Amino acid sequence: MKNRITELFSKKKDNLLNVYYTAGYPKLNDTIVIAKALEAGGADLIEIGIPFSDPVADGPTIQASNKVAIDNGMNVSLLLAQVRTIRKDVKIPIILMGYLNPVMQYGVEKFVKDASAAGVDGLILPDMPIHVYEEEFKELFHQHNLCNTFLISPTTSEERIRKIDHATHGFIYAVSSSSITGAKGEFTQGQLDYFKRLKDLKLNNPFMIGFGISNNASFKKAAAYSAGAIVGSAFITLLGEAKDLDSEIQAFVKSLKG
Amino acid sequence: MSKYTVDERGYYGQFGGAYIPEMLYPNVEELRQNYLSIIESADFKKEFDLLLRTYVGRPTPLYFANRLSEKYKTKIYLKREDLCHTGAHKVNNTIGQILLAKRLGKQKIIAETGAGQHGVATATVCALMGMECIVYMGKVDMERQKPNVERMRILGTKVVPALSGSMTLKDATNEAMRHWINNPTDTHYIIGSVVGPHPYPDMVARFQSVISAEIKSQLQSEIGNPFPDYVFACVGGGSNAAGAFYHYLNDEHVTLVGVEAAGKGVDSGESAATTALGKIGVLHGSKMLLMQTLDGQVVEPHSISAGLDYPGIGPMHAHLFDVGRVKFVSATDDESMNAGIELSRHEGIIPAIESAHALAALKQFEFAEDDVVVVNLSGRGDKDLETYIRWGKY
Ligand SMILES: Cc1ncc(COP(=O)(O)O)c(C=O)c1O
Repeated sequence: MKNRITELFSKKKDNLLNVYYTAGYPKLNDTIVIAKALEAGGADLIEIGIPFSDPVADGPTIQASNKVAIDNGMNVSLLLAQVRTIRKDVKIPIILMGYLNPVMQYGVEKFVKDASAAGVDGLILPDMPIHVYEEEFKELFHQHNLCNTFLISPTTSEERIRKIDHATHGFIYAVSSSSITGAKGEFTQGQLDYFKRLKDLKLNNPFMIGFGISNNASFKKAAAYSAGAIVGSAFITLLGEAKDLDSEIQAFVKSLKG
Repeated sequence: MSKYTVDERGYYGQFGGAYIPEMLYPNVEELRQNYLSIIESADFKKEFDLLLRTYVGRPTPLYFANRLSEKYKTKIYLKREDLCHTGAHKVNNTIGQILLAKRLGKQKIIAETGAGQHGVATATVCALMGMECIVYMGKVDMERQKPNVERMRILGTKVVPALSGSMTLKDATNEAMRHWINNPTDTHYIIGSVVGPHPYPDMVARFQSVISAEIKSQLQSEIGNPFPDYVFACVGGGSNAAGAFYHYLNDEHVTLVGVEAAGKGVDSGESAATTALGKIGVLHGSKMLLMQTLDGQVVEPHSISAGLDYPGIGPMHAHLFDVGRVKFVSATDDESMNAGIELSRHEGIIPAIESAHALAALKQFEFAEDDVVVVNLSGRGDKDLETYIRWGKY
């Protein structure tokens, strides 16, 4: 079975851009417009966040977008319907990212099945423990041809990184610093050393670097060590301020990739 | 090990575990690997016991409430956690955790607080140990619990308002977790109840278990039998109840009663009665019972008592509810305020409004005259004076 994520990584191994945004933000149905504009602008992957009332790993920007999205009425069923619409046009991989609770209430099995049927290629559930994935859901993900991405951070031990690499299918999400999400300034030497350490581990899965990537300079730096980078908060800020989503998103993606 | 305590993987039946983003994993794992060996070491026990005795004022009295007993036509004993230094049971846990944090080589402490009791108890032990302390508190709670904010500040703690979400306890907990993600190596997070990722619920329950250990020996010397017929405790996250129940869990003939806050009524839409309104879910790092919408968004609870104003109950209680070992009931704002006044008038003890919930539930039971009923009086009412005054019906 083909999966758009594994296909992408088998063809292209560097300078990949993955853009995160919160479903249902700024307006409920913007999810669709944004996905199309991202593809048109040249993004390589799309990561859509399922809003949650208590996003503990997120900084103020993404927290605020979650709240707006929930107030707009976004939920898992609606998002899956939007993904089906998006899939009529958009060809690049779509990843859904979400805290476990909303997914659990929808039903993890049903979610995996329905997401796959809607055209989703991979999931990121950052608060799902590895052992729970391996014991309860790995088979299910495989059956439904979904990739699964785990996170690592600068404090993750090498032993644990190997374990995460083993449990991951698709790509690993390397968090750039010990922090919650949010746009930051330049990378420090310590961060660059960490990226290099990861690169030198020669993991089975490619890894993408996220958190704190906001412009072409930080994108290029991160991409120099990895398969590419993930932009989130900076993009959410743009969405919140944009007058014309389509043109501004395309311009943003182009400026990121340079 | 009992079927009611945590298993080696961190679960209580289907509840518990460590559902945390990877950024928190090293901190929580470090704690998991070390907590048992540290708290079971002779040197830790010695220091913990000494501080509980000479600093907290333990053992707290088990007081036979004569006039209240007459009124309810049974034998009511109050476990006087309200007489602990800082005014509530919370300090049992903060003493334990700060000694643990020191042994893990941590230099800084963070905590969340709702009513401010856990915040004050944390600020107190940080002052005692000379450690830097930051407490997150919802902006709304800072306004309704001003004296506790100032107590923390006097003790040298920095109180940071949680401005996200509903700006109450759950949001303060989110902010503390975010702080911990941002400061993973030198900081220990002192969680204030039996919630959070494993090993927190088990660790906090162990530190609070001193309550039931004392009740047992006090009843033994008082009435020649360590087993009461009932133990009542209020349940916010569940730490004072966990402590009061702990050593009775396997004694099935002791009826354990957890009292939740019904707020304005279980079906009023303004309640914190999780066992009645909640479903299994994941929040703050564990599978617990959680008040939430059908979409899985956490619902804002309501209780007149800030300490019970939490949308879930910890995994141990969720399990005890699930298997029927603990009977869960609830008391409304009104019932609890009345019970607080009743205790004040009958025994000369003004209870914390949280603890008044446990007292209010007595009315829902029919006791035999020779039943021995222990109520865990988790805290004193000083912090709640303003709420009593606003209530006004006394
Ligand atoms: C006096 C008192 N009792 C009870 C509680 C509720 O917490 P728990 O359920 O963890 O005992 C609080 C919390 O602030 C409190 O201050």
